[in-house]
Amino acid sequence: MVNRTPVIAVIGAGIAGLEAARQLAALGYEPVLIEKAPVAGGHVAEWNRLFPDMTPASEVIRPLLEQTSGIRTCLDTEIASINRLKDGFNLVLSDGSSLICQAVLFATGFHLFDASKKEEYGYGIYDRVITNRDLEQWFNTRHDPRVDHPKAVGFVHCVGSRDIKAGNAQCSKVCCITAIKQAIEIKEEFPDAEVYCFYMDLRLFGKKYEDFYIKAQRDYGIHFIRGRVSEVGEAIDGRVVVKAEDTLSGKPVRVTLDLLVLMAGIVCNPDAQHYAREIGATVDEDGFLKSRNNLAAITESSRPGVFFAGACTGAKTVPETLAEARSAALAIHQYLSKRG
Amino acid sequence: MIYQGKQKIWADYQKEIPDDHWFYVRSCIRQNFFPASEKYFLKICRDLLGRDIYESEHHTTCAGIAYHCDTIPQETAMTVVARQFALMTEAGYDNLVTSCITSFGNYTEILETWREFPELEEKIREHLWKACRREFNKPKYIAHASDLVYKLRGEIAERARYQLVSRATGEPLRIVEHIGCHYSKMFPHKGVGGAEYPCVLSGMAEAWGGQVIDYPERRHCCGFGFRQYFVKANRGYSLSNTHKKFESMEPYHPDMIITNCPGCPYFLDRWQYVIAEMEGKTYGQNGYGIPAFTYEELAGLVLGVDPWDLGLQVHQVAVEPLLDKIGIPYDPAKKYLGMDEKKIKTPGLPATLKCC
Amino acid sequence: MDFGFKLSPSSAVNLDTVDRRRYDRLVQLEPDALTCIGCGSCSATCTAAPWSGMSVRKVILGLQRGRDDEVDAMLSRCMLCGKCTMVCPRGINTRHLILTLCRLDKNGEAVR
Repeated sequence: MVNRTPVIAVIGAGIAGLEAARQLAALGYEPVLIEKAPVAGGHVAEWNRLFPDMTPASEVIRPLLEQTSGIRTCLDTEIASINRLKDGFNLVLSDGSSLICQAVLFATGFHLFDASKKEEYGYGIYDRVITNRDLEQWFNTRHDPRVDHPKAVGFVHCVGSRDIKAGNAQCSKVCCITAIKQAIEIKEEFPDAEVYCFYMDLRLFGKKYEDFYIKAQRDYGIHFIRGRVSEVGEAIDGRVVVKAEDTLSGKPVRVTLDLLVLMAGIVCNPDAQHYAREIGATVDEDGFLKSRNNLAAITESSRPGVFFAGACTGAKTVPETLAEARSAALAIHQYLSKRG
Repeated sequence: MIYQGKQKIWADYQKEIPDDHWFYVRSCIRQNFFPASEKYFLKICRDLLGRDIYESEHHTTCAGIAYHCDTIPQETAMTVVARQFALMTEAGYDNLVTSCITSFGNYTEILETWREFPELEEKIREHLWKACRREFNKPKYIAHASDLVYKLRGEIAERARYQLVSRATGEPLRIVEHIGCHYSKMFPHKGVGGAEYPCVLSGMAEAWGGQVIDYPERRHCCGFGFRQYFVKANRGYSLSNTHKKFESMEPYHPDMIITNCPGCPYFLDRWQYVIAEMEGKTYGQNGYGIPAFTYEELAGLVLGVDPWDLGLQVHQVAVEPLLDKIGIPYDPAKKYLGMDEKKIKTPGLPATLKCC
Repeated sequence: MDFGFKLSPSSAVNLDTVDRRRYDRLVQLEPDALTCIGCGSCSATCTAAPWSGMSVRKVILGLQRGRDDEVDAMLSRCMLCGKCTMVCPRGINTRHLILTLCRLDKNGEAVR
């Protein structure tokens, strides 16, 4: 048999898939990106600016796309079936073609929680209730009749996160800081607006996150209310009435808002679960893919030749995802080198 | 408000309601508060729509009220309920329809508890056998009577003599619907439309020509809250909850309130008098209140039943302005005539709340 | 008519109507007050707190929620020892904040 360049199937062309493919190509392998959507870039490409430096998302996406332009990328493509071979895998793609590869990298990312499942918040029912993604779209396009010179805006943290009843016990990690970012952006856009963040805990773990929070407090006067919104209704003028408890004073609060933004959380991608089961990788109790070892081998599955990068194993920030993508590329390199 | 969003939720919370053959259990208190509601539920279902609905004179309270007041343990309530199931089984029925919301919640909670803890069901079967030598099958379906009227709303609409519209303007009436807490807040999938946006009453109101109002405190409890009302020291909490609802619905100028619980229409009706006395405030047009109806009374009205036969004279809030608005005829001279056509006592008129 | 019971006063805070003038003036003079995270270090160490209910955390929160009477009652118990300033993780000069606040009436106007 002719000694060919090993092929690696990278499932998902979000930032994890793009970065891993770029690294794998640099290491001399032949990555193939398989993307369900008609464009590459994933969730980050839909975002406008990124915390904590307000970096335009395009500054992350554009170089990744440029540097992966030579890599074979199958857009609008799903995986019909996965078969394990003696020394690799055979992926049958939705266009009917077959892809023989020596390793598979899951860069399948996450789903944004469907906020309409939290019926009490009225997403899809009350006109002035939107999600974090809707607001990013507005930052991108400046077109959404629901965002109309608001005088009072609320952000609800933890929508579908830390919510056992909604099936997601885990923290989505990035929503606290995203809410602060979006609250600041709203305040920049509408300086006279009162902006309220309703939080359970503020989990600001990353570099510069706490500074960002202090800035939101001191420079923008954003009101932080520790209490989870329990119910949203619509007033006669179409504004939304929000009920929560201010747990720090132990008293119920209510406020009428022109716009309510639900911070929809990060939940597992059901496609990833399906592919993982087909290939024999393990799905964890939280629905995300299960690494061989959560400390030392986060990018490795328990199945040889199957690797993970990014939010397929749990909520991740952009730098964490990029670092994992590079780490996964190295893990694949070591795996293929050992096999010779 | 995005109506399609609600329709999407309603599609997720549809329950199976058999069309016919029901064993009916009445409420402890409704015959006192709303004397003709249960009677007209049976009359409409049986005589007008030809359904088979059976009731037994041997049935008792479901003990839900005592359970919710913490005066008996749940096992006692379960044994009482087991006896109702025995009556149903003995009568040859599988479908149980309850008049009371708390009964509906109680029956549902018990069946769900037995599903989780089958050993408890066995124990209750023993209790029942020891107590009265009875055995039972569990019902195949449990519905609240409003579920059944919701299912039959189209058939009622076909036979309706009046629409829930203003005769003068042709505009639909503005209707507040209020769902009893024990209907679906405990088990959202057991209620038509779920717990956040139930459609069991709004479906009737719309089918009969009305327009439903969604106001900020729509989901809030009527204020009855057994232990809030029954204990006089807590009664202010009961009143305050009702007051909160009226303050919230006031800007919408509702024409009427419809309810599916024994307590809610009582409190939404009677507390209007108390609020008027305490605060000098009334919520209807021209010093009147907002009339609160049971869904059976509403069905009776659209079908052309005489308002006094429906027992509307025992409401605190005068219904006459609404009857006039719809164009439903009534004889004021007959308002306080009893079943035997003899005058029952005419109540005194309140000082603040305008009544007829 | 006396029914033997009354409408109960609601403890709910309505942020639509709450009067924040004193708070707004305070944060103009002491912008650091905005950065309070409600950790309670100030109250935990306060010489007056266990006996009198004084709490700088609650003073700041009370102003945001329009509970001016509660705030004044708490302020009157402060002994200005400065211990709260020593422990604040945000570096808020709480002692100075209290002195500033005592000079503002409920409308946020300077009284002395």
